[in-house]
Amino acid sequence: MGTIWFCLVAIMIAGYVVLDGFDIGVGILHLYLARTDDERRVLIRSIGPVWDANEVWLLAAGGTLYFAFPALYAASFSGFYLPLMMVLWLLILRGVSLEFRSHVGGHIWSVFWDAVFSLASILLAIFFGAALGNVARGVPLNAAGNFFEPLWTNFQPTGQTGILDWYTTLIGVTALAVLALHGAAWLTWRTTDDLRDRAHAAASLLWWLVAALTIIVTFTSFRLMPFGLLSFRVHPFGFIFPMLAIAGLLAVKLFLRTGQEAAAFAASCAYIVGMLTSVTFTLYPNVLPATTGLANNLTVANAKAADYGLKIGLVWWLIGMTLVAIYTTFTYTRFAGKIRPSDPDDHASY
Amino acid sequence: MEDALTIHRLHFAFTVTFHYIFPQLTMGLALLIFILKSLALRTGNEIWNDSARFWAKIFGISFALGVVTGIPMEFQFGTNWSQFSKSAGGVIGQTLAMEGVFSFFLESSFLGLFLFGEKRLGPRLHWVSSMMMFLGSWLSGYLIVLTDAWMQHPVGYHLAANGSYELNSFWALLLNPWGLWQYAHTMLGAVQTGCFTMAAVGAYYILSKQHDAFGRIFVRVGVTVGIIAACLQLFPTGDGQGKMMAQYQRPTLAAMEGLFQTQAGAPIAILGQPDVPKQRLDNPLTIPSALSFLTYQKWTATVQGLDQFPQSEWPDNIALLYFSYHIMVGLGTIFIAILALAALQLFRGKLFQSPILLWALMLSLPLPFIANTAGWITAEVGRQPWLIYGMMRTRAGVSPLVSAGSAWFTLLGFLGMYTILGMLFLFLVYREIEHGPGPDNSSAALATATAAAAD
Repeated sequence: MGTIWFCLVAIMIAGYVVLDGFDIGVGILHLYLARTDDERRVLIRSIGPVWDANEVWLLAAGGTLYFAFPALYAASFSGFYLPLMMVLWLLILRGVSLEFRSHVGGHIWSVFWDAVFSLASILLAIFFGAALGNVARGVPLNAAGNFFEPLWTNFQPTGQTGILDWYTTLIGVTALAVLALHGAAWLTWRTTDDLRDRAHAAASLLWWLVAALTIIVTFTSFRLMPFGLLSFRVHPFGFIFPMLAIAGLLAVKLFLRTGQEAAAFAASCAYIVGMLTSVTFTLYPNVLPATTGLANNLTVANAKAADYGLKIGLVWWLIGMTLVAIYTTFTYTRFAGKIRPSDPDDHASY
Repeated sequence: MEDALTIHRLHFAFTVTFHYIFPQLTMGLALLIFILKSLALRTGNEIWNDSARFWAKIFGISFALGVVTGIPMEFQFGTNWSQFSKSAGGVIGQTLAMEGVFSFFLESSFLGLFLFGEKRLGPRLHWVSSMMMFLGSWLSGYLIVLTDAWMQHPVGYHLAANGSYELNSFWALLLNPWGLWQYAHTMLGAVQTGCFTMAAVGAYYILSKQHDAFGRIFVRVGVTVGIIAACLQLFPTGDGQGKMMAQYQRPTLAAMEGLFQTQAGAPIAILGQPDVPKQRLDNPLTIPSALSFLTYQKWTATVQGLDQFPQSEWPDNIALLYFSYHIMVGLGTIFIAILALAALQLFRGKLFQSPILLWALMLSLPLPFIANTAGWITAEVGRQPWLIYGMMRTRAGVSPLVSAGSAWFTLLGFLGMYTILGMLFLFLVYREIEHGPGPDNSSAALATATAAAAD
């Protein structure tokens, strides 16, 4: 039962990164790609109807984590206290900038919110990446299953660690590049003319950066955490996850070149899912490794809730997520197609 | 430790109080927008659609703020209250996760469709999306109230060997009797916030002689729905909630009423200030025997005062509890009075010629927000000193390694950010109200201006 929920939580997190990832990516590139107010409105309209629902994936993933692995939720949320609070502030700033930007005409107002939107998106990507880096690297859990990390110490990934060290910062930068590529692929698919061409050029360029960072990150990760390889030796089927990432990454390049825009975006999704599942696979059966000795590791077995609740949860989770799949599909098909500057605005304030 | 505990409590109290300004408005407006859309579909009159569109804008701003201030609430269970989350996550994680999976997705997907999709969806599907939004936000309300209700009155669980709470009856959790009363009471409060907001804006339009047709619609809908909600707020839901407290939280009930001594034929205090060290109510204005009757339906029944309970079980801020409860009840009574008069005059067709009542409706705008907030303070301060009533003390639930300094840092961050958000919210809503409803705002405004100039 614990393993099933480990997979389900991983799915929710992957769902969050893939979905909110592209609108964060759009935010990262917002100031660079869209030059005029009309173009910026097109950019925002491309994510307008969906970003809110995408962000709900974070809430739903957090809620699922809370319910399935209370000890993990408690340890990680209190241990990552400072960066999580900053993530909250960034999410607030990003959300209000999207909502407020268009309410008041006038140059100063929209320029300000555009900058807030973009800056918050950039920092969020880095923070999320650094968080992933922390989970992979391990944290100084004590015997009671608690820890508290300062924002940084001496930037070394061993000893008295902080949230930011060179390794987690590297993962943060990688996340920034990956989500920027993801956003560029989305915009290539959903926009037209100059904007589409600029997004396409950015995606092609970012691809090289992502490819290089993927290689560097993979090697440094296994160097720092050689036990990660163990999972693949025990369960060889796990190779499917890195294979998915590699295939996805190559396909992004291929489809960008052939101009198959939707396929390029899908490939970028596959790459992200492949990377995230690879990390989770190497972690299993740990959910939060300790840097203070194996005995302090939080594992699926010692962090999960009681079986009765998990079984009940499986029933409503399946029902709930089926419904989510239905209305997500409905929303995306209703808003399918390219967005043009000349399209009438449905919602007066956007 | 004691110091950190205070800051963690303040942290949650401040962020949740600010957060709840928005959901009470959106849950109330969701119902009213659904009613407007239903009337539009039924009558085919475009004015209902225009009204719905106007309120959807205010709904959109409030909803965005509700979402962004709501995310910190879910995070704070883990960040600031990790020991509580670790012990009770197996139970209340259920309702919190269900809220995410069932209602947040529903709300946000259909809000996107509702705000962006009127032309793409057509009238019928657009009406459906307003209904889904309403259902989503009300379901969300249910699941989060259930989470609180479990902390007020834990059910459906057993204690495991390692001290954590394990769920053993899903349906007991989902149908917690405390939760059912609390939900009904909470939602009626939210409906009144929506109604008073709508009626106040309508009254403002009528009094300032602009958008008169819309003003009348807003007042009519707000007053009609509002009077029903205000009456149900008092009875049966307020009464039911009170009986729950009489059964399960007796020290809290005694403290709310300022009843220090146990007495037969206990009075209800209308006014007065509790003096906790001397254990008495100063300057009391009371109705004799009323508390006994309301609680036990017998004028002579004995109601337990605080003297019956050890001080360690007394709520730790009796004055705040007493006043917030009295503010809630006092305002609720005023709402019934204003809305009943307004409904009577509306029924007689004289409301729109009655400036005093219109002024009263307009000036009432902030009151339901205050009443709802006071109600939640009553519930949460009343639960003290327990985090899970009768089971876990508040001090036992806090994150052990998050220092007072870290908590201060983020509390100040939230204070600063929310101050700015609050100002922006008022600014944007004011702009929408000034902008006004209508098919073409600029020409309508121009017409009004011309008419005014002609006068």
